[in-house]
Amino acid sequence: MKKKYSIFSIVKNAFKGHKDWPKMWRSPEPREFYDVIIIGGGGHGLGTAYYLAKEHGLKNIAVIEKGWLGGGNTGRNTTIIRSNYLWDDSAHLYEHSLKLWENLSTELNYNVMFSQRGVMNLAHNEHDIKEIKRRVSANNLNGIDSLWLSKEEIQKKVPIMNTDNLRYPVLGASYQPRGGTARHDAVAWGFAMRADEMGVDIIQNCEAHQIKTKNGKIEGVETSKGFIRANKVGVVASGHTGVLAETAGIRLPLQSKPLQALVSEPIKPIIDTVVMSSAVHAYVSQSDKGELVIGAGTDGYNSFTQRGGFDIIEETVRAMVELYPVFGKMKMLRQWGGIVDICPDASPIISKCDVEGLFFNCGWGTGGFKATPGSANVFAHTIAKNEAHQINSAFNLDRFASGKLVDEHGAAAVAH
Amino acid sequence: MLIIDCPYCGPRDQSEFSNGGEAHVKRPDGSADIGDREWGEYVFIRANPKGIFYERWVHSHGCRKWFNCVRDTSTDEILKIYKIDEERPKLDSFKNNVKTPSGEPNLGSGNFTVKK
Repeated sequence: MKKKYSIFSIVKNAFKGHKDWPKMWRSPEPREFYDVIIIGGGGHGLGTAYYLAKEHGLKNIAVIEKGWLGGGNTGRNTTIIRSNYLWDDSAHLYEHSLKLWENLSTELNYNVMFSQRGVMNLAHNEHDIKEIKRRVSANNLNGIDSLWLSKEEIQKKVPIMNTDNLRYPVLGASYQPRGGTARHDAVAWGFAMRADEMGVDIIQNCEAHQIKTKNGKIEGVETSKGFIRANKVGVVASGHTGVLAETAGIRLPLQSKPLQALVSEPIKPIIDTVVMSSAVHAYVSQSDKGELVIGAGTDGYNSFTQRGGFDIIEETVRAMVELYPVFGKMKMLRQWGGIVDICPDASPIISKCDVEGLFFNCGWGTGGFKATPGSANVFAHTIAKNEAHQINSAFNLDRFASGKLVDEHGAAAVAH
Repeated sequence: MLIIDCPYCGPRDQSEFSNGGEAHVKRPDGSADIGDREWGEYVFIRANPKGIFYERWVHSHGCRKWFNCVRDTSTDEILKIYKIDEERPKLDSFKNNVKTPSGEPNLGSGNFTVKK
């Protein structure tokens, strides 16, 4: 049954005490065979299943997830969305995603709370200014809205920012008005619900143990719920993608590290845009509940602990307090870490590999959330057609042999 | 956050050290005959196991010497530290805390979506 949400359904269910809302998706037991198995029930994986069913007419699809939907990096990021990347290949990919974001709530009939409040990237030194101005020009050439803000314009937009009296003064910023934030769980849930309606089996608490291949062809996936055969397998397991690839004898150029974030106690609206600074490493936005959502950095060593070191938090809080002295006496409510898979060129891999029927969507590193619908859309195309979409053709595995890297260390806000 | 026992200076806070990635990576022999793919693997691909990991550290803000370390990446427990010219300890001399490739250890993981 198609679940429609509207003001009328809210009123109707309010009269019944909100007890009769239908379940958003089924929880089926896995079948013996699927045309496509997606490993990883985050936004990218569920979105891939959604687009496979919707745009490519595949019906026999399963998404398997070790924990619960969106419990990995989809529910752990700082929800920032932007497309102001330097190179054409990345700009096209992230802009494709941003365009899908703009219509996603309507398309899914599920409110992902996409809020285009603008994203600002601060410059703190001469090099930053040159680099950011270059990126603004590159964005404009690619038709992406991006502009340079002077210090005075920044002060007008964010009056609480300390621009002068700090070790690395704020000298200017790039600004993308169409950027913003979205509610991250809602993205996973929206995709899951609509994929489920089209017959996709979403199987939670089902851990992939081994990707099985035979004579260079995919056979299926050994899981905690038994062996499942498949014609095609797409691995979208963020930090654990490399570990799973290894079970099929494939080595990927990924390193897994914890990336941390924290939120403060809720306060009244004080900052109505997203402000990021790579140089001093602090980025912040305010959630609809009023919490400041603060992004910290990655640890300097490989780890799968999903916690991260306290020194990273200290560093970020130090920068925050210097940039926004008014936050100095606030209390932080929660801190957590997610395991991100970092590629040598800070760009993702959306690609097939040597094994026929095995596909990878990984390497999003510290900035995959913004790309969720776009990544899912082109990955579904890659799986369905056995070849890359024009938009993700540069993000193949071959680039690590050819040397044609897509170096986005400048635009990726968290220095890797 | 780790306390790392530098083989030259003793236990110090991790903030004094920098991580140097995988240890014991060997440059391939016969470089003239090696194809782009092998070179790509040598340049870009490093081990990334969940569990026992051989890695390098340098005591950047101390003696500035390099050394090797065996750490469990699923718990962050440091299992052994040895000098750069010492023999690589055998893998089976360490206990593996993860039963499946992407499983969670009983202690040390912050992944509460999976831990029971």
